[in-house]
Order: sequence, then structure tokens, then C-alpha cells
Amino acid sequence: MATRPDRGRVEIGTDECKGCLLCTAVCPVHVLVRTKTLNKQGYFPVEYTGSGCTGCGFCFYACPEPGAITVFRLEKSA
Amino acid sequence: MSSAPVYKPFLQRADSFYDTFQRKSGNKEVTHYCPGCGHGELHKMMAEAIDDLDIRDRTVLISPVGCSVFAYYYFDVGNVQAAHGRAPAVGTGVQRSRPHSIVISYQGDGDLAAIGLNEILQAANRGEKMVVFFVNNAIYGMTGGQMAPTTLPGMRTTTTPLGRDPRLAGNPMRMCELVAQLEAPIFVARGSLASPKEMKRTRKLVRKAMEMQVEGKGFCFVEVLSACPTGWGMTPVDAQQWIEDKLTPHFPLEIFVDKTDQERLEYVTPESPPREKLHEVLGIEADTKTMPAANPDPAHANPRIKVAGFGGQGVLLLGLGLAQCGMMEGRKVAWLPSYGPEMRGGTAHCHVNISEDEIGSPLVSRPTVLVAMNQPSMEKFEGELVPGALLLLNDSMVPGQPSRDDVDVVRVRATEMAEDLGNVRAANMVMLGAFAGYTGALNLETCLASLDTLIKRTALIDLNRKAITAGFEAGRKARG
Repeated sequence: MATRPDRGRVEIGTDECKGCLLCTAVCPVHVLVRTKTLNKQGYFPVEYTGSGCTGCGFCFYACPEPGAITVFRLEKSA
Repeated sequence: MSSAPVYKPFLQRADSFYDTFQRKSGNKEVTHYCPGCGHGELHKMMAEAIDDLDIRDRTVLISPVGCSVFAYYYFDVGNVQAAHGRAPAVGTGVQRSRPHSIVISYQGDGDLAAIGLNEILQAANRGEKMVVFFVNNAIYGMTGGQMAPTTLPGMRTTTTPLGRDPRLAGNPMRMCELVAQLEAPIFVARGSLASPKEMKRTRKLVRKAMEMQVEGKGFCFVEVLSACPTGWGMTPVDAQQWIEDKLTPHFPLEIFVDKTDQERLEYVTPESPPREKLHEVLGIEADTKTMPAANPDPAHANPRIKVAGFGGQGVLLLGLGLAQCGMMEGRKVAWLPSYGPEMRGGTAHCHVNISEDEIGSPLVSRPTVLVAMNQPSMEKFEGELVPGALLLLNDSMVPGQPSRDDVDVVRVRATEMAEDLGNVRAANMVMLGAFAGYTGALNLETCLASLDTLIKRTALIDLNRKAITAGFEAGRKARG
């Protein structure tokens, strides 16, 4: 049996992120991390590690930028 | 066989935000706020509520002065940016002229609790139908971190480098508590952006206040404790902790007022009395006597008159008389007295417009006629006259010469003539008559008939009739 897919997924707009790290502080599963590459604004943006997101949405509300974070949730299969 | 997992967007950029932010400089994809600023978080909660309630087309956001001054770059709703602290007053105007609109007043603590303290309390007390989102970060953010009314005791700011000393600067103002003790507000609550738990609660407060606006219920006030990492000199993550540790104990997170069951607020439009009854309401005579119109010299068809003299010379009554006569002859008139300390024995003056057309401003800044009852009045106002204007002087009290040589100077010995008639106080009516006689702008009969309205004591009417008649003759003679 294959591993169960993650309940959520998060996308971060690299150039919209200001690197405040509030999302990393509120993420209960610690799947958001700061990168070591400056974005075009001159900040070190946050990125998703790629697995483990629960789709809780804490990061979305903690992020002050209107469009920097998008949270997805797994569609329940029939 | 299992197919690949499908993910659907759950939380994403709200439609109520513009796609790109057309601000003057900087990255058009992001807000101008510093990293970790609470404004953005609250903006998102508001935008989400506007989206969900489907009220984007009728929402009017009043931006303050402060970091959130540029909210109009972000929210795709109706936007007005108000002067410092005046957002609730502007919101009142928007709401009353467009009652269907959802008015949001967005303000910070410097804006709302300092310069705008009066506006917020008055709007709250009137129960204006609007929601106020009050962002409290205990500091003046935009101007560089000065002490605000909400700054905590001991808190260091650029203007309290040793920490706020309550003995010098008072204690932080708790705005929710202040607003909550008024009768009218229907929802007063304080939330915080310190943690996911508090954000969730604050999001509910925002939503509830917005829903109450949709239901048209009344004044809502939601305070939000928010981080200013730059002003506080902390990292955004530390700043959030600081909200919890330091701000929250001073500003309890409570719902202070919740009148959910409040009836929908209906506006009371004052009933205007029918026009024909206005005179009864105002306690004035119903019928202004109508007199045939004079046939003035074209130069004086629409005079803009300034009347000046010392207090007690009847300057204001003379102005009223001119306006009364103009009105009786069917023209538009305006009379504007000048009040002030000068009324007490100094120079008094008034502005009179008599016009065939609608009068825009009652103010006479470039007179076509100056009636000067004494020397200082002439000196003070002759400079304002338009070239070719009439300078009507009370010769008895203007010994000097005017400095203007491009105006029409007419002298009438008004005080002496009035004295000869029995009372120097009738000098003003001599000048009224002289104006009419010289310019032809008013008929003598009108001037005499106006006395019934102007003079309360009937015993004085005869004297004033004589004064007007004498002045009229003098004016006509001066005309030649």
C-alpha cells in the first residue's frame, strides 16, 4: 500500500515573501523554512519543504502579504 | 488503483485585493508594509470578509493617516483617504449620503486615539452605521516610532527614550473601554494578532462586525493589537510574542458590547415643514412686502457692498436694510456680519450682496461699494475696492482723503444730518438713503417700507423715514 498523500500543500510566491518568518513560527509541522537565496526584493524568502503540510492555514493568516501564500487542501476522493 | 491526489485552493489571495498594487514606487506585487507588519494580516481578514459577504461593490473604505494611508492601493472597493483622525467624520458623510454603502473606517492608534479622539467618540456616540477597525500597535509607526496615546508605561519610543512615564505622559488609553461606555455602539471588541488562536478569534470579530454592517445595525468598533516590528525594534516573531506578553495584559481581549439583537437602525430624516409654514417655524413675518424693482445704473445692478464703521453706528443694521430692500425688490440677497472682538467698540463691518442672479459666496472680498462710517473703516477697506467702485463716506467722521484715486468718492454728512433730525444714531439710515439715491439701485419707497421690518420700536420709524429721505436727496444731489 502506498503512503497516504499529504492533507495539504502550500505555495509561496518567492518574490512576494518578505522573509518575516511569521509563517515558520506558526506552522505546527515545521515544513516552512527560510531559503539562503535572496529574492528580487532583497529578502531571504521562505519555501515549503515539499511534504508534510496539513493544510491548516495558520501560515496564510500569519502572512501579512495578500498573495504570498496559497494553501491547498486535498480533495476527498469518492 | 489509486489516482494522483488532487489539491484544490483552500486559502488564497482575496478578490477584494487588486491584482497588482499600482503604487508610485516599489514592487507592485506586494504591500508597502514592513516585514511582519500587522496591517497586512488585518487587511487579509477584512478582504476575506468583504469577499464572503459579497459586498465589494458597496464597501467604502476610509483610509487614515499612518502607515495604512495607502490602503486604497490594495482594496478594490470604494476608497476615500481622510485627513489625520477624521476618518469617522468622513465615514459619517459617506454613510449618510449613501445609506446603502458599507463604511469601514480603518485607523491606527496615533490617528484614532490622539488627533482623532473627538471624531471617533462623536461618531460612536451618534451610532453612525459603520465599522471602525482600530489597529493598536502602541506607537506612531509611520513617523518613526514616537509615543502614542496607547504606548505602555515604561515603553521606550523615540520621544520617550527613558520609557513612558505615566506621571509625565499619562497611562495608555483603552479605547474599547472608552467607546463601550457610550450608549450607541452595538459591538465593541478587542482582538489580537499574537498567535494563530488569537488570529482566528480576531477573524471572527472582524466577520461579525462586517455582518452587522450588512444587516445595517449600527456602530461597531473592533480594536486589534498588532505588531510594529520596525517601531518596536524587534524581529517579527519576537514582536508577536511581545503582543502576547506585554500588550495583552494592558489591553484585555474582550467583547465589551454585543447587542446582536439590536433592531436594524433606521435613519430619521427630519421632517421639513412645508415652505408656506416656514415663517411660523422661524417666527418671522410671512410676507415680505413686494415692491417694484428699481432701475439702477448698470454699474450698480449687482452691487457687492461692504459696510464698515465703529460699533454702535448701526453698521450691521444698515447692511440688513440694504439686503431687506433688495429682497423686497425681488432680487437675491446675502448679508454676512463680521463678528469678533472688533464688535466691542472697534471697527465693525458686514458684507452685502444684491444680485439678479444666484449668489455664490456671501463674502465680499472685492467690493463694488464701500460705505465707510468713519475714518479707520475707510483706511481699512478702501484697498479692497475694485477700480471704479463707489466709496460712500460719512463726511462727518471721515476728515481724511482716501488714498485711492480710481474710485468714485461721494461724501454725505450723515452724522450731522442725523443730529439735525434729532438722533445721531439715524446716521446709518441717512447712508442707506444716500446709497439708494446715488446709485438708483433701490427705490426710495422700498427703503421707507423696509423700516417696518427693520425697526422694532415704532416710535423711531418716523425719525428713520426722515433720515432715509434726507440721505436719498443728498445722494441724488451728489449724482447731479
